[in-house]
Amino acid sequence: MKMNERGTTVKPWRRTFVLAAFAFAFATVVVRGVDLQVLQQDFLRSEGEARQLRVVSLPAHRGMITDRNGEPLAMSTPVDTVWAHPGKALTDPQGLAALARVLEMDAQALRRRLERRAGREFVYLRRHVTPETGRQVAALEIPGVGLQREYHRYYPFGEVTAHVLGFTDIDDRGLAGLELAFDDHLSGQVGAKRVLQDRHGRIIRDVESIRPARPGKDLRLTIDQRIQYLAYRELKAAVVAHGARGGSLVLLDARTGGILAMANQPSFNPNNRDTLQPGRTRNRAVTDSIEPGSTMKPFTVVAALESGRFGPGSQLETGPGYFRVGEALVRDHRNYGTIDLRTLLVKSSNVGAARLALKLEPRRLWETFYAVGFGRRTGSGFPGEAHGRLRDFLYWREVEQATMAFGYGLSVSVLQLAQAYAALANDGVLVPVHFTPDEVSYREPRRVMSQATARSVVRMLEGVVSPEGTASRAAVEGYRVAGKTGTARKLGSDGYAEGRHRALFAGMAPASDPRLVMVVMIDEPAGEEYYGGQVAAPVFSRVMQGALRLMDIPPDDLPELRTVSGPERRAPA
Amino acid sequence: MYDATAGQEGTAGRLLQRLLHLDLMLAAGLLLVLALGFVVLYSASGGNPDMLYRQGVRAALGLTVMLVLARFPHPHLCQGSPWIYFLVVLSLLVVMFFGQVSNGAQRWLDLGLFRFQPSELMKLAMPMMLAWYFSERPLPPRPRELAVAGVIMAVPVVLIARQPDLGTALLVAGSGLVVIFLAGIRWRILMGLAAAGLAMVPLLWHFMRDYQRQRVLTLLNPESDPLGAGYHIIQSKIAIGSGGLYGKGWLNGTQSQLEFLPERSTDFIFAVFAEEFGLFGVLVLLALYLFVILRGLVIAARAQDTYARLLAGSLSCTFFIYVFVNMGMVSGLLPVVGVPLPLVSYGGTSMVTLMAAFGMLMSIQSHRRLLAR
Repeated sequence: MKMNERGTTVKPWRRTFVLAAFAFAFATVVVRGVDLQVLQQDFLRSEGEARQLRVVSLPAHRGMITDRNGEPLAMSTPVDTVWAHPGKALTDPQGLAALARVLEMDAQALRRRLERRAGREFVYLRRHVTPETGRQVAALEIPGVGLQREYHRYYPFGEVTAHVLGFTDIDDRGLAGLELAFDDHLSGQVGAKRVLQDRHGRIIRDVESIRPARPGKDLRLTIDQRIQYLAYRELKAAVVAHGARGGSLVLLDARTGGILAMANQPSFNPNNRDTLQPGRTRNRAVTDSIEPGSTMKPFTVVAALESGRFGPGSQLETGPGYFRVGEALVRDHRNYGTIDLRTLLVKSSNVGAARLALKLEPRRLWETFYAVGFGRRTGSGFPGEAHGRLRDFLYWREVEQATMAFGYGLSVSVLQLAQAYAALANDGVLVPVHFTPDEVSYREPRRVMSQATARSVVRMLEGVVSPEGTASRAAVEGYRVAGKTGTARKLGSDGYAEGRHRALFAGMAPASDPRLVMVVMIDEPAGEEYYGGQVAAPVFSRVMQGALRLMDIPPDDLPELRTVSGPERRAPA
Repeated sequence: MYDATAGQEGTAGRLLQRLLHLDLMLAAGLLLVLALGFVVLYSASGGNPDMLYRQGVRAALGLTVMLVLARFPHPHLCQGSPWIYFLVVLSLLVVMFFGQVSNGAQRWLDLGLFRFQPSELMKLAMPMMLAWYFSERPLPPRPRELAVAGVIMAVPVVLIARQPDLGTALLVAGSGLVVIFLAGIRWRILMGLAAAGLAMVPLLWHFMRDYQRQRVLTLLNPESDPLGAGYHIIQSKIAIGSGGLYGKGWLNGTQSQLEFLPERSTDFIFAVFAEEFGLFGVLVLLALYLFVILRGLVIAARAQDTYARLLAGSLSCTFFIYVFVNMGMVSGLLPVVGVPLPLVSYGGTSMVTLMAAFGMLMSIQSHRRLLAR
């Protein structure tokens, strides 16, 4: 290295060194460019797309449930759900504070919640807020906080239809009731589309549709909301008035088997999830089995008539008002003496029913009970439906055969009982019960007894509602009513309990050509009155009266009709 | 007026040189890079007219500064260099005690009318000062002179590093080292210093702030913290890579347009450019920069006194360092140190400083004949 002289150029090696350094640096940049833009291009592009392309789901509207007249009973209303990407959202403390105000949450709690889930990419902040709140949230423009459109199930009639409809979960999937039974029908297919999003998760534009959202189908029920409301109101009033534990009511269209009303107590508000307690949400009319008590007697009579060995006029000895079967004592209220089958039903003689049953083949009795639908599910499709208990006749003991004749030792649901009475009402043809119109849930009707037997028994049951019978309070002005009371003692921890009853009434109207069938069950009425004729029959009367009017069914028991044409039965259509 | 008609350039060049002391080739290269810069900025800012307007004002200011300095014979610059240097060191001291704090660092000096960063000015004052110092002394420098040069370098570098602004401190140190290197430091000393420098690395690490260490660690493994410190590097690599050979086209760079790319109009504007214009665009931009730098080196080589040669060489090399460091950091080769892409990134101080440097280069070129006389 020599001394450099002024005015001369830099030493060549130094210039070379500088140029070499430049060349090396630029070559590095170029190589890096080729590396990123050619060799790694595909990988980096896909990484980029992973950031900017997003698949968003298109919410599908759940189908509406309506009553038979198109009145909406359950519908899905659009709501917004607020979610957050914790890592991004936590970068904006002021925004989060404002968000907490809009959502009416505690700012500290919100912050802690996000911090606890800081590792995640998606956290629900609040689900199902009103669209108005959603707009306020969107206006805050907090990074990492977004809205998702969802649907909230709304039941306009609340507790009135609660048990029949059931409810959905927060994702709008059916959890109970018909919402569950018809979930596939009601739920829509969620669609999806690919969108271009920016760093804040804002959607810039659609890229492609992956599959369109398909809304769920509507479901029309056989329920008539007007009757349903009436039934619920009257049932509730009776349960309250009698201090009862609960109650159920089923009203059927006798000809079609369609369920016009189904109510239970206690009920719940399906619009408020806080009231969802198992004891309240159970649709007792379908899921609970009870001993039917005297409401069973008509089917004992049916079995007797069908056997051909008994006619309406056959006489039975019931004196002295009690008799012993095995170790059990069967008793009547008083000694009715020698009675015919009509009187058996009108006076509700346990001795008569038991004696009658014991004269029949066990198989005959079982066949009748099974044919009218006891001991098996109705096939309504309602989730959790009870099939009740009807033991095979091979195993019957004598005492069982005797007590089943008046409704002990077997169990049925209120819906099964209504279906069986509908078979009586429908000239012996059982039309399977259903919640939805025939085209959705059609099952073949079946004859379960002769027309003559059915008509004969209905005629006898009219006497029950007469002043001499046990259910004069079931009468409906202007209509002939047939029915049967039941007052079943409830099973306690050891044997049948004293003072705990189920009051039942099962009946139909107009008796000349039954169109409506109803079963009312009140569980453990607490007051002085606990007989079916005192507690359940008045409910039947009030609901039936309204239902007959609402269904526009002509009266068959007006004074002028009685004088002009007499109480003749119209020929079936 | 100085007579500068004796150049070999054409008539137009002669005319411009005579009237404006403009170096035609350097000016052409600069204007092309500037024009390209506006094209990219339009896209990166999302067509924001306010940003474009302000950048335009800065470019105009920068060009004016360049023209003024080009008319200014560099011997005057040489005489003024120590004064400028001391003035800037003084303002660095003022910043240290009275400066404005922004983003956790004390870098700005508020002069009422405008704010500026004295550390930026040091990028010019440092090579000027060292060039002046060596121009008065025999070359290559002896150890004693190197020690003095070391002190001249160390004072502002330490002041800037304590603001803290490690990136600028390193660049200022770099511009000084380039002068020392060009002044003809002996190989043995150079090697010795390089070895000492390497030995200093652990010490430097010790004095770095947490965020500075983080940046280095992030460079080594950006995927370790994809949402935090590594985010910048990952996103800019994705943007560059998405460009491919031919780019996605102007205004079509999704990564940058959709705001995935941070700092996309300032430090990371190169990624926007690379995504929209691809590898070919990158090569064109590199060629333009290379042209400007080589022209600067030619000017340095032709300069006829030590001050001019050292200053021109140093300024050209510093410009090169800016380009390389920015591209290196945006493409993930170097840590993120906050160096803008010269003449392209949105921002005022660096634009004016750079244009001032080019003004000095032009002055050196256009006044050389006269001084040779």
